[in-house]
Amino acid sequence: MNPDATTIAAGAPIEVDLTPIASGQDIKVFWRGKPIYIMNRTKKQVDEARQVPVSSLPDPATDQSRVKEGHDQWLVVIGICTHLGCIPIAHEGNYDGFFCPCHGSQYDSSGRIRQGPAPANLAVPPYQFVSDSKLQIG
Amino acid sequence: MSGPSDYQPTNPVLQWIERRLPIFGLMHSSFVAYPTPRNLNYWWTFGAILSFMLGVQILTGVILAMHYTPEATMAFHSVEAIVRDVNYGWLMRNMHASGASMFFFAVYVHMFRGLYYGSYKEPREILWILGVIIYLLMMATGFMGYVLPWGQMSFWGATVITNLFSAIPYVGDSIVTLLWGGYSVGNPTLNRFFSLHYLLPFVIAGVVVLHIWALHVAGQNNPAGVEAKTEKDTVAFTPYATIKDLFGVSCFMILFAWFIFYMPNYLGDADNYIPANPGVTPAHIVPEWYYLPFYAMLRSIPNKLAGVVVMFSSILILVFLPWLDTAKTKSCTYRPLAKQFFWIFVIVGILLGYLGAQPPEGIYVIAGRVLTFCYFAYFLIVLPLLSRVEKAKPLPNSIADDVLAKTGRKTAPMVSTVIALMIAGALFAGSTQNARAAEDETPPSQTWSFSGPFGKFDRGALQRGLKVYKEVCSACHSLNYIAFRNIADPGGPGYSEAQAKSFAAEYKIKDGPNDQGEMFERPGRPADYFPAPFPNEQAARAANGGGLPPDLSLITKARSYERGFPKFIFDFFTQFQEQGPNYVDALLQGFEDKPPPGVTIPEGSYYNKYFPGHAIKMPKPLSDGQVTFDDGSPATVAQYAKDVTTFLMWAADPHMEARKHLGFQVFVFLIIFAGMMYFTKKKVWAEAH
Repeated sequence: MNPDATTIAAGAPIEVDLTPIASGQDIKVFWRGKPIYIMNRTKKQVDEARQVPVSSLPDPATDQSRVKEGHDQWLVVIGICTHLGCIPIAHEGNYDGFFCPCHGSQYDSSGRIRQGPAPANLAVPPYQFVSDSKLQIG
Repeated sequence: MSGPSDYQPTNPVLQWIERRLPIFGLMHSSFVAYPTPRNLNYWWTFGAILSFMLGVQILTGVILAMHYTPEATMAFHSVEAIVRDVNYGWLMRNMHASGASMFFFAVYVHMFRGLYYGSYKEPREILWILGVIIYLLMMATGFMGYVLPWGQMSFWGATVITNLFSAIPYVGDSIVTLLWGGYSVGNPTLNRFFSLHYLLPFVIAGVVVLHIWALHVAGQNNPAGVEAKTEKDTVAFTPYATIKDLFGVSCFMILFAWFIFYMPNYLGDADNYIPANPGVTPAHIVPEWYYLPFYAMLRSIPNKLAGVVVMFSSILILVFLPWLDTAKTKSCTYRPLAKQFFWIFVIVGILLGYLGAQPPEGIYVIAGRVLTFCYFAYFLIVLPLLSRVEKAKPLPNSIADDVLAKTGRKTAPMVSTVIALMIAGALFAGSTQNARAAEDETPPSQTWSFSGPFGKFDRGALQRGLKVYKEVCSACHSLNYIAFRNIADPGGPGYSEAQAKSFAAEYKIKDGPNDQGEMFERPGRPADYFPAPFPNEQAARAANGGGLPPDLSLITKARSYERGFPKFIFDFFTQFQEQGPNYVDALLQGFEDKPPPGVTIPEGSYYNKYFPGHAIKMPKPLSDGQVTFDDGSPATVAQYAKDVTTFLMWAADPHMEARKHLGFQVFVFLIIFAGMMYFTKKKVWAEAH
């Protein structure tokens, strides 16, 4: 009952053009049936994510470890709440990040869990920068 | 205590069969000669009711499966096709959907009856455990069945429930992938859920056979909780229990028919009339009502794994009940303390159900934790403790004695009544507070020609509404499920077939490819569907500032608002179900040029009083004098809104008149039938008392 060959083949990597995403905006693309948020963070959002003491987080991780060096403003996360799989809404909640409407989990501008029942941070999918304006997910 | 069969067939064919396979003898000893305690009350008829419901579900389900398509892009459409186009498809679907709710309602009564009368105690432990297994199978079946229509609630319910398994350490994620058959809930998930949903009812039927077998070995429990000893304690299953069960079933069918014919969507969720969309989570995911208590327990625990463990334990704990409650006395009738706690437990269960439907915030979370504790305390603290300290009242010597001493034994459960009243009062106070806050945004209730048990669509309003849709709404909104032929259908706008034909001919329909391989346009035919204004979702969004004008075929069923406690209980009796039309009507009239102070509306959106969030992408669509009516009705926004809403209600529920008409006939029949069963039962039992 594991995924069949077609399903696996359809899950191959995809490329995303980043030029249309202005600072402070985000897009949602689908990869393997999962929504992936690609967020072009503002300076304020990056600073907020880096100033919070890591040890105070429920699932400690530095912002640096969740983004690619040299592309610090780009946050790429799987938009599936780690609680029960709903899709959080971007740019909502108290932490300038994501808010899940189902059970009230709140994530910060680095996609880290800050409040609510979710046990872990939003997952970071495998991805790399092909060029400064092109991203490959998968 | 299997029945002493005196089955002696006289017919030579039956004798021939009986010597080779004694199946008729088995039937005879199980359902005719089988001795049943003579003091059983009507709570015992729920066993028969459940068998009846299982039969109904399997029968309607097999018929529905003949018309259903388990494919992610077609499932929602095929369910609508069943309801609209299949002969009596609406009846089959309503029976199956509300049948699931009735099945669960009956099983809860059956379980609480077992709990109250101690039917799980020695020698009926295996009988009880088989019942818990049936209940678990029912929950799995019901959940997978709810996924099949592939609406928003189906999809997101499936997502939330399958994600529960990801909480299991180490193997959780692999299990979830196995359930999905992919990287997320999708077409493979739907396919396997359909397969399992078809399989499990037959597994249930198999376990039901074991359940009845175990019942016939141990014998039925009874309200007195003393075992049958002599022949005076029992009566033959047929005719005594059979006729009583028939009466019980016929009364239950009256309740069932109320849902099928008059309140088919009362227990459903409006969001499930929106096709599944993996990109948008509904604001408020709620399971079907029969899972709500367990959902409330899941949500009240702040840790994911612990929440899942608590939820599953709350059901599995039932398996251990025979060893948790060790009191010798079975029936709570003779256990003054256990009786009080039983009723408190019932109230705890109902309140947990109420909390499961509320948003998980503030006081609701705290109340959920307290009640979850109460739920487990009943099994782990109260029952074991009571078995030790409680002093039971004297039991009757035999069932026959119990029947003779029946008169003058009524003690009101004082404490629990007071508690129930207090809780109802608290709920009422809480909801009025909520209601006061939301009062401005709740659409006003209108009078609709189609409400109530004898409601009919106003033909004039339908025709005017069609005109408004055609001249105004259809510029942006599709009506995908309605064909031109439908406007000549009985119970519809009342056009003739010729009128429908000429109405269709006014449209240009894209057809093809022709012999040259090219698409071409031709005049519409009655079998064509209303053409959509935009070729695809992206085009629709691009033309409407990013907003997607929703399809209007189901809009009056897909929109709703909270009614709150206790209104939703009264709604059941008054058959109020016009939230959708009220909302659509209010929305069309709810535009205001200037938002109230303190509310800012983003560029490109408009303020609407009744739209959730108030910022709607649709500009005010209707203005006075925009559409002229031939019948002299006023050309006002209020009139347009009312007419187009009536038209859209018909579009969402085209067989409503047939449904209510048949419903009335079924009711007359059922009431007469139940009356006949009652008097037959009285006559049959007259000699037994």
